[in-house]
Amino acid sequence: MKHLQIALWGVLPYLVLVLFVAGSAWRYRYDRFGLTTRSTQLHESRLLGVGGPVFHFGLLFVVAGHVVGMLVPESVTNALRLPESVYRENALVAGGAAGLAAVAGLGILLWRRLRVPAVRRTTSRGDRLLYPVLATVLLAGLWTTLAGAATGSYDYRLGVSVWFRSLFVLDPDVPAMAHAPFAFQFHTALGMLLFALWPFSRLVHAFAAPLGYLVRPYIVYRSRGASAGVGAGRGVAR
Amino acid sequence: MRVMAQIAMVMNLDKCIGCHTCSVTCKQTWTNRAGTEYVWFNNVETRPGQGYPRGYEDQDRWKGGWRLAHGRLVPRAGGRVRRLARLFANPELPLLDDYYQPWTYDYDNLTTAPLGDDVPTAPPRSLVDGRPMAVTWGPNWDDDLGGGPGHLAGDPVLRKIGDDVRLQYEQSFMFYLPRICEHCLNPSCVAACPSGALYKRVEDGIVLVDQDRCRGWRMCVTGCPYKKVYFNHQTGKAEKCTMCYPRVEAGEPTVCSETCVGRLRYLGVMLYDADRVGEAASVPREEDLYPAQLGCFLDPGDPAVASAAEASGIPHDWVEAARRSPVYSLISRYRVALPLHPEYRTMPMVWYVPPLSPIVDALAETGHDGEEVGNLFGAIESLRIPLGYLAGLFTAGDIAPVEAALRRLAAMRAHMRRLNLGEDADPAIAARVDMEPAQIERMYRLLALAKYDERYVIPTAYAAGAGAGDAVAGCGLDAPGGPGMLETGAGVAAFHAPPGTAADDRLRGRINLLNWDGKGLPAGLFPPRAEGGR
Repeated sequence: MKHLQIALWGVLPYLVLVLFVAGSAWRYRYDRFGLTTRSTQLHESRLLGVGGPVFHFGLLFVVAGHVVGMLVPESVTNALRLPESVYRENALVAGGAAGLAAVAGLGILLWRRLRVPAVRRTTSRGDRLLYPVLATVLLAGLWTTLAGAATGSYDYRLGVSVWFRSLFVLDPDVPAMAHAPFAFQFHTALGMLLFALWPFSRLVHAFAAPLGYLVRPYIVYRSRGASAGVGAGRGVAR
Repeated sequence: MRVMAQIAMVMNLDKCIGCHTCSVTCKQTWTNRAGTEYVWFNNVETRPGQGYPRGYEDQDRWKGGWRLAHGRLVPRAGGRVRRLARLFANPELPLLDDYYQPWTYDYDNLTTAPLGDDVPTAPPRSLVDGRPMAVTWGPNWDDDLGGGPGHLAGDPVLRKIGDDVRLQYEQSFMFYLPRICEHCLNPSCVAACPSGALYKRVEDGIVLVDQDRCRGWRMCVTGCPYKKVYFNHQTGKAEKCTMCYPRVEAGEPTVCSETCVGRLRYLGVMLYDADRVGEAASVPREEDLYPAQLGCFLDPGDPAVASAAEASGIPHDWVEAARRSPVYSLISRYRVALPLHPEYRTMPMVWYVPPLSPIVDALAETGHDGEEVGNLFGAIESLRIPLGYLAGLFTAGDIAPVEAALRRLAAMRAHMRRLNLGEDADPAIAARVDMEPAQIERMYRLLALAKYDERYVIPTAYAAGAGAGDAVAGCGLDAPGGPGMLETGAGVAAFHAPPGTAADDRLRGRINLLNWDGKGLPAGLFPPRAEGGR
């Protein structure tokens, strides 16, 4: 059992990290043409108009919640004199709402993908693997948030979060994770699978978030001489 | 003054017979692939009519182009923050139904149907999901006003000028409007792209999509008021008219121009002052946009312009081509070409000579001499509906420039008819439209005879800032080590050579057996024999 725990929470995270980084670099190097949202809005817009934003914005809040919950140690919130009960209520309300939105949005999108023939036809093999994993991760995460709050017996900030931070100092705290309830372990393990799939599935489009648009001049000029696809276009303000 | 060059097009609508050859050859060249079944980089629509996609000119609905907000140009669909907020579902995206659901026919059924009393049919099948479908709309459903007055209600230009046209449907007029990407000076599709994948080429102004940078956010489809950027639903990337840049770079006309049976397309260089574009695109009155854009164009015959152009890195042969440019002649010298929907504030660069034929036809039907100059001038003034409609298309509703262009075309007809009938030329005809008889005859030569090498004056490509700016012929990139370095000079010849013979730099040191004619030893496959060998 102990060896399994070491393999799962001490070794696997690093393998996933290597796969995630190397896979993304490989994808960017060799398949830039494949980096796209693969939008199906051309075929169906009404359901997407609801499901798309609800899912994506929900997910953005979920990610923000993970950043706060995983990276900010309990000692910091204590030093800020933020009572644990307030923190927990906050995490439950905000996290639960974001999780519910993401799950509901994904539900709409999956229903649309199954029921609209034109959209269904665009589903790739990768999608068929990815969507069940994504849906299970989301549901397991929502379960840990809601059930964890209902029973109140496990403080993930003293367990899972400690393990997560320990990964980055290259000293994985395997027991911290090994003693977590099964729901947390399940969510974390599937989460790792998600990161392993990331570079090889449509999830890569998250890296394409076009934040540069906010600071770019509207009109982009590029010289014919510039070799295609390398470097940013020469922007000329207008 | 910052001089930039643009490959621009003018189409003479009087000569368009709506044969769709341009559309078909374009489609065969560029969009005969999966994912682009519904895409026509070039389409020909009957006007009045809804166009393709249906009602694309209704910018209250599609939000294409720019609008003026407190004197500043903002994309009509919203600025950067609003666009990013709509990233996950674009509310202003036309659906496939707005273009049309592409279909094929189940031809297999013709040969595999079991023996029966009925003749087997080839039922339509959707090209998107393969299921049986009813064909209810296509890329040219209302061609030649097909479908009746009901369809005309969907024409946004017609809606603006009122109902009386629809009531007069039986006596109505029609003409064809071939459309490609406008390769605008102020392209709103480029402005709408969150990834910066769309760009305007510095050298020739062609607007292109970098397929490796496009991430499929499909904002460009909304941004373009002409709906000439398309979403490939298989690759998830935007695609658009490329002005056939591989051909244009080699000095050849685009496929749509080359194959136009009416010889109505003109290609040439326009020089413009890039510093004036922003100001011209943001004049408050929409009717002023046409003259404002005219004001951006520079006279290539002016020595000051020529020296400024060469200082900006434009090669001498481009300035030379600009002087001979048929497009410049029709737009600025004769003022008979007009922009399509200048009110979108994108500064479009595919212009149109408005059609005089509907008016001549209307005259002839009433028993008048449709080519007598007095009759024609009178008719241009009295046939307000065609005029109002043309103004809605070409000058943001200002009738005066359309009328002036049509009067010049009418004067040309009247003047040339006298010459052809052996009568004496009447200089008064030319004078009525402020032209010289000789000028009218030059315009006639360009518009009516339309010789190949006068219609298309296209200099070969160069690369800005490559240090070979004044190369007279060939590719500006073939400096040693440059990306376009060719082993055998001449860019045009190399462009037409089979791949790998000379042009492919990557094959250096390797052998392409595809070019081996099977006789003797392939050159370079074996090391040279030592002297004194067998």
